[in-house]
Amino acid sequence: MTRINVTVDGASYSDDVEPRMLLVQYLRERLGKTGTVIGCDTSNCGACTVHLDGTSVKSCNVLAVQADGHEVTTVEGLATDGELHPVQQAFHENHALQCGFCTPGMIMQSIDLLKENADPSEEEIRLGLEGNLCRCTGYHNIVKAVQAAAGGSR
Amino acid sequence: MTVTDEVSTGSTGGPREVGSARRRKEDQRLITGRTKWTDNIQLPGMLHIAMVRSPFAHARITHIDTSAAKSAPNVVTVLTGQEVSEEQGVLANAWPITPDQVAPVHPPIAVDRVTFAGEVVAVVVARSAAEARDAAELVDVDYDELPAALDLKEAAEDKVLAHPDLGTNKSALWVFDSAEAGTGGAVDEAIDKARTDGIVLEREYRQQRLIPAFMEPRSVVVDPTGEQITMWSATQIPHILRYLLAATTGVSESKIRVIAPDVGGGFGGKLQSTPEEWITFLAARRTGRPVKYTETRSESLMAAHHGRDQWQRLTLAATKDGTVTGLKVDLLADLGSYVSLVGGGVPVLGAFMFNAIYKFPAYQFKVQTVLTNKAWTDAYRGAGRPEATFAIERLMDELAHELGVDPLEIREKNWIKHEEFPFTTVAGLEYDTGNYEQATAEAKRIFGYDELRAEQQRRREANDPVQLGIGVSTFTEMCGLAPSRVLGQLSYGAGGWEHASVRMLPTGKVEVITGASAHGQGHETAWSQIVADRLGVAFEDVEVLHGDTQISHKGLDTYGSRSLVVGGEALVKAADKVIEKARPIAAHLLEASVDDLEFKDGSFGVRGTDKGIAMADLAAAAFTGHNLPDGVEPTLDSDATYDPVNFSYPHGTHLCAVEIDTETGGLTMRKYTAVDDVGTIVNPLIVEGQLHGGLVQGIAQALFEEAVYDDSGTLVSASFVDYLVPTAADTISFDLGTSVTPSTTNSLGTKGVGEAGTIASTPAVVNAVVDALRPFGVSDVRMPCTPERIWKAIHTGGGTEPTEKDAMPHFDENDVADRTDGASA
Repeated sequence: MTRINVTVDGASYSDDVEPRMLLVQYLRERLGKTGTVIGCDTSNCGACTVHLDGTSVKSCNVLAVQADGHEVTTVEGLATDGELHPVQQAFHENHALQCGFCTPGMIMQSIDLLKENADPSEEEIRLGLEGNLCRCTGYHNIVKAVQAAAGGSR
Repeated sequence: MTVTDEVSTGSTGGPREVGSARRRKEDQRLITGRTKWTDNIQLPGMLHIAMVRSPFAHARITHIDTSAAKSAPNVVTVLTGQEVSEEQGVLANAWPITPDQVAPVHPPIAVDRVTFAGEVVAVVVARSAAEARDAAELVDVDYDELPAALDLKEAAEDKVLAHPDLGTNKSALWVFDSAEAGTGGAVDEAIDKARTDGIVLEREYRQQRLIPAFMEPRSVVVDPTGEQITMWSATQIPHILRYLLAATTGVSESKIRVIAPDVGGGFGGKLQSTPEEWITFLAARRTGRPVKYTETRSESLMAAHHGRDQWQRLTLAATKDGTVTGLKVDLLADLGSYVSLVGGGVPVLGAFMFNAIYKFPAYQFKVQTVLTNKAWTDAYRGAGRPEATFAIERLMDELAHELGVDPLEIREKNWIKHEEFPFTTVAGLEYDTGNYEQATAEAKRIFGYDELRAEQQRRREANDPVQLGIGVSTFTEMCGLAPSRVLGQLSYGAGGWEHASVRMLPTGKVEVITGASAHGQGHETAWSQIVADRLGVAFEDVEVLHGDTQISHKGLDTYGSRSLVVGGEALVKAADKVIEKARPIAAHLLEASVDDLEFKDGSFGVRGTDKGIAMADLAAAAFTGHNLPDGVEPTLDSDATYDPVNFSYPHGTHLCAVEIDTETGGLTMRKYTAVDDVGTIVNPLIVEGQLHGGLVQGIAQALFEEAVYDDSGTLVSASFVDYLVPTAADTISFDLGTSVTPSTTNSLGTKGVGEAGTIASTPAVVNAVVDALRPFGVSDVRMPCTPERIWKAIHTGGGTEPTEKDAMPHFDENDVADRTDGASA
């Protein structure tokens, strides 16, 4: 067991974890942050995407011990004072989700994409979301949502 | 487009909810991570399961040593098939397609023999999932490997038996013949005639094996604590699951509660009763503690059911002017190692759709279902109908090419004209409404069909290394499963009705209970819109409850594009009963005659006066019961169970343009236009979303996805590294249009939409690929049309030759060569 200190969605946590525990397992099983989900075991699907110190990572590809001393933001930490994050709002307005399983990861990746490039072209959005799989939407409305969120922030 | 028919809109004349692009009620919890997936559930003292799965496609289990696993840290028990054979129940096939169907017994845990690589042979139950997995590594299983039946065509020859004790791999032969059914002529006569003075096309197409690949891996939690055993499962079918658990385990149905909480996609892949559900149920009963099993993605791809997997031998007869005179279909369908829940019923669902939108005078369909040592197949989005649509839409393109005419022209020559509806087809179905001319004209306009054809011609003449291909698919399908009477005739084990309840709460709010079980479709939003219109209440005041057999006690769940056309109609009927129950109470309170009342905008008014009373006040009056007419029960709550009178027949015209780099085989989709007629649209956002997602799944079959087994029966595409679910970078934005001919078989005029995109798009894309390559003499490219296959088709002439050669075995039973090799064109 290794002791880690992590800030997740603004709150501080201190826990003993197995060295092999993945960050996504820590979030879900220890902290009850079940908004972040596991969709595969090869880091292909991106459903578990969170921000580590403000940059998107696939939390199935990060060990919990690697998050020691760092700040993690999950989809549950985006809304402030009941106000949705603009990307969350854009996903809702543009019907960019159906079953919603990929949505937390897709939103976290979209935020990261827009941070890197505030005015992306459709192609840049599509390439920027390449690491996140969705089986329901065909990506059409996800792309629209990201475009809308980009437009809204200009 | 013009809507000409009057549609029942309910009793309200106020602003219509039906038709408005309401943002979904479901979204709030999904975009904020407050969703209740099965895998999120934690219960006190909960145990976790890890499965030990067979690495062999076919083997006898000679010995299982569980001692090391049992003594591993925090392991509670290890179960083997031998130990639990008497109590584990069996997995049922609900659709024996013929009375003499051959079907092996399907135990949840293999008892003495494994029949595909991935089958469960032992189950470790431990205090944590990690400890269960660690201990699963310690289970020592000895196998005697047996020869495996892997190739579908060879399996159909019974060269190697998937189940030696059955003596054959042939499960069932199901036949429809229009001459025998009295719905048309004799197909062999039509073919013979065409051989002398017409056109005969003989083709063989491959429907590769696909994997539904829903994003949420399957998960199941069973809690045996308390009076009932509660199962949470990531399933499409909580009601059917409860029934089957009771029927096969001996536990009373009333002692089982099944909950489908938030479910992350299904696409038919969660229309199943699974070994994992039965095993978790067993483990919870054995240990007396809550137990959870969540599969890994590799397990999901390997052992959740697959879809498609057919060889299609087709003969189309036509006159010299291109009028089709007959179609003969011979299918081989791979069941995998067991006949699963719907199993052989999947190709039978396609049997009525090969004739599609066309007026064929003679038709014959045969399917031979075949057992092999691979994962079992079952419903995947479209289930039988994509296969049928692919075959006929590819053939219509071949016919157009044969005659040298535009592929839309040959379709129009043969399709049912809009004034001919209702139309009874050669397969015996009555299509209620449709307008293929209108949908096609609109699609051509949006697509810019003529301009793209002109560009294609220019590029061909210029020998442009990047060639343009234009693909057409004018599809229809039968969905809205299904009239119970028809299901009975087809020997399906259940009905096709749906149930709804409307509860009028004393506060004026409305609770709707539906037997449909949504897993991404947006029922909560659409159902609210329907009830808001019907009862004149606010959209926000309607709460939709579903997916829990204790709340929604009656239902047949969600699949086959049935929820709206069947479940929505049940809802309309239940809402109308509420109005009728409220009417005498309103008359009593208004001191008016029932005959003088009219219901509008959520209120009963007395004609010719300004007197009225709102539905919310009537709900409160019924709740208090203080002042009701004599003999009237103090409730407005109403139920309805609706059995559809017909299937639903959405249709549409899909046009696809692809650019192919003839030097590399690389493909770029340039444009995709779909004009669909799904009848009355309740929520255009949801309809478009269903189409977008459906399109990409159909495009994925055409271009990307295939479940590939190696020579020893190991699934090599068992992760998302190898099973190519398309990404955002692989797809484009779509141009959608609408054409509306309301259905006449339900009050709202709706048609199903869940499967439409998937059914239509696959042939549109492959037709585009072949169209681009026609100048190179290519007439077919096997799916998925990878750059490698496209390149080979261009540079080895492989496109034409194998198709011709492949077509021959339709008449040469000795040729059973394996053409499933991934490298062949």
